Amino acid sequence: MSEMTYRDAINLALKEEMRRDPSVFVLGEDVSLYEGSFKVTRGLLAEFGEERVRDTPISENTIIGVSVGAAMGGLRPVAELMTVNFALLAMDQIINHMAKIRYMFGGQTFLPMTIRMPGGGGSQLGAQHSQSLETYFMHCPGMHILYPATPADAKGLLKSAIRSNDPVIFLEHELLYNCKGEVPDDPDYVIPIGTAEVKRSGDQITIVAYARMTVLALEVAKLLESEGISCEVVDLMSLAPLDTETILTSVRKTGRAVVVDECWSTCGLGAEITSRIYTHCFDILKAPVKRESGLDVPMPYSRHIEKLCIPQVDTIVRAVREVMSGSY
Amino acid sequence: MNATLRNVVPEQELLRFYEQMFISREFEERCAEQYAKGNITGFLHLYSGQEAVAVGATAGLHRDDYILSAYREHAQAIVRGADPRRVMAELFGKSTGLCKGKGGSMHLFDPSLNFMGGYAIVGGQFPIAVGLAFASRYRGEDRITACFFGDGAVNQGTFHESLNWAQLWQLPVLFICENNFYGIGTEVHRSSALASIHKRTCGYDIPSEKVDGMDVIAVYRAVKYAAEKVRESGRPYFIEATTYRFRGHSMADPAKYRSAAEHDVWKARDPLPNFARKLLEDGIATRDVLDDIEAKCRQTVDEAVSFAEESPWPEDSAVWEDIYV
Repeated sequence: MSEMTYRDAINLALKEEMRRDPSVFVLGEDVSLYEGSFKVTRGLLAEFGEERVRDTPISENTIIGVSVGAAMGGLRPVAELMTVNFALLAMDQIINHMAKIRYMFGGQTFLPMTIRMPGGGGSQLGAQHSQSLETYFMHCPGMHILYPATPADAKGLLKSAIRSNDPVIFLEHELLYNCKGEVPDDPDYVIPIGTAEVKRSGDQITIVAYARMTVLALEVAKLLESEGISCEVVDLMSLAPLDTETILTSVRKTGRAVVVDECWSTCGLGAEITSRIYTHCFDILKAPVKRESGLDVPMPYSRHIEKLCIPQVDTIVRAVREVMSGSY
Repeated sequence: MNATLRNVVPEQELLRFYEQMFISREFEERCAEQYAKGNITGFLHLYSGQEAVAVGATAGLHRDDYILSAYREHAQAIVRGADPRRVMAELFGKSTGLCKGKGGSMHLFDPSLNFMGGYAIVGGQFPIAVGLAFASRYRGEDRITACFFGDGAVNQGTFHESLNWAQLWQLPVLFICENNFYGIGTEVHRSSALASIHKRTCGYDIPSEKVDGMDVIAVYRAVKYAAEKVRESGRPYFIEATTYRFRGHSMADPAKYRSAAEHDVWKARDPLPNFARKLLEDGIATRDVLDDIEAKCRQTVDEAVSFAEESPWPEDSAVWEDIYV
């Protein structure tokens, strides 16, 4: 194990996979000479050269389309979209092409490609640079969606993404880049796609979360332990496919759930998870499931009102207390 | 055409051109019939009138070269070598179709022929073509990528992004615009500020050329030359082939936006009878030889229809297959 940041764990996963497989290459805006706008691709150009670490024009739709073509032609592209917000310019290639090609061509080809996208709010970047769009992708079959909470998970999941023969969207939370954690040194450390993990055991209430929300949920669980509330934290890690079984197993044990997501509440991923809990656990629930989500507003700039739009430790604490006390 | 045909192309090739154009037309006309019968459903875009482009261009490429196209692509797939029976079965939605009945008319695909797909979002194939060309270069393969598209696609962002990208990364892409002058019902001068499409590449410093898309030999010569340029230089090249579709945009379109007089002018330039006449005039074929070719094509298409009719529907379980590896 080595201690490193979430950023460096992603960087290490990229380097290890590029060393392992010469068909892996990286492309994106400012990923090569500039080493990435979040410096995630630092050192790649020096080690792997220009043909494998490629700066692109600011043409997001074509970045993804070129990756689709390259994947069809036998390569393993890892595209970086500078932020998830810019993915909206690439939705035609993501949804109409990448997610459809294998199916509509009758399984005659496959697309071993990964799209990395930093995202999430809380950095005072304003309405156009602070979105959490995970639900947009989750709605569409034909691709996997991963969103790690810790440096170790970031490494293990990105390596699985790059080795996968299906297209994968790999989301990275901008506020986690500097977070540190222990990361396995094993160059074959991979986390299977489609598995959630119980990050903390508890027996009174389940908090379902992912990415930065998992980090907050773990803080909440620690705080509430002193009050005698035992929280179990399920970290989704893989948003598609969703590991429903791990969520349900936890809720069957605790009988209560708070579902935390960072995206907008309406049709958000919390709505889907809550629906699955109600469908399968209705008769054993001790209280209604509570959702803690982003507010349904465009993100404001000022930090005093920005923080109102994203679940915080105190709002999650309040949600857990409400479910525990039945004062819903 | 100044020279006699056989000075340009070997005799057997010329007969093959005729056969490929004829089967393309026959296939499309039978598709129209099967659509009227309800055996083919959904969208159906027919290629009748544009055959010289698919046939001439495909002949100018190597077998290893990738081909991508849009949604009017039956002929391009068949000319590349796709089994007409499996193409017809795909249109019928049968499990024996080229894509197991999951793609339909607009999404033919056969990687064994390097036919890398029909795409139905206008301009969607441009960046994919660029990516395939990059993969070829990265892997050290001696192949180019030919990307077919219509005049309607040249105002999409992907057109400009992909031309820029192909030239910037110096990739072997041959862009082939089939300008049939209409994007559905909108004539090219009503959608493009510069209606002379091949001139639009100057912004990307990509060499381009305009060719008569009703003349199979002219298309063949232009594409053969361009393909070799692309192969030698590793850089993109652009061809605009002017042509005409004799039918509407799709089966749902009676094409009332075009005048009968305009249609007649182009009909007089129909690539099939005109090429047949040249073959006869140059003594390359007798009427009997052409009759034999035509009869053979009709029989092939008959068999394709029978095959499609007799093939089974996909199993219910197929709906969940081929989403993930």
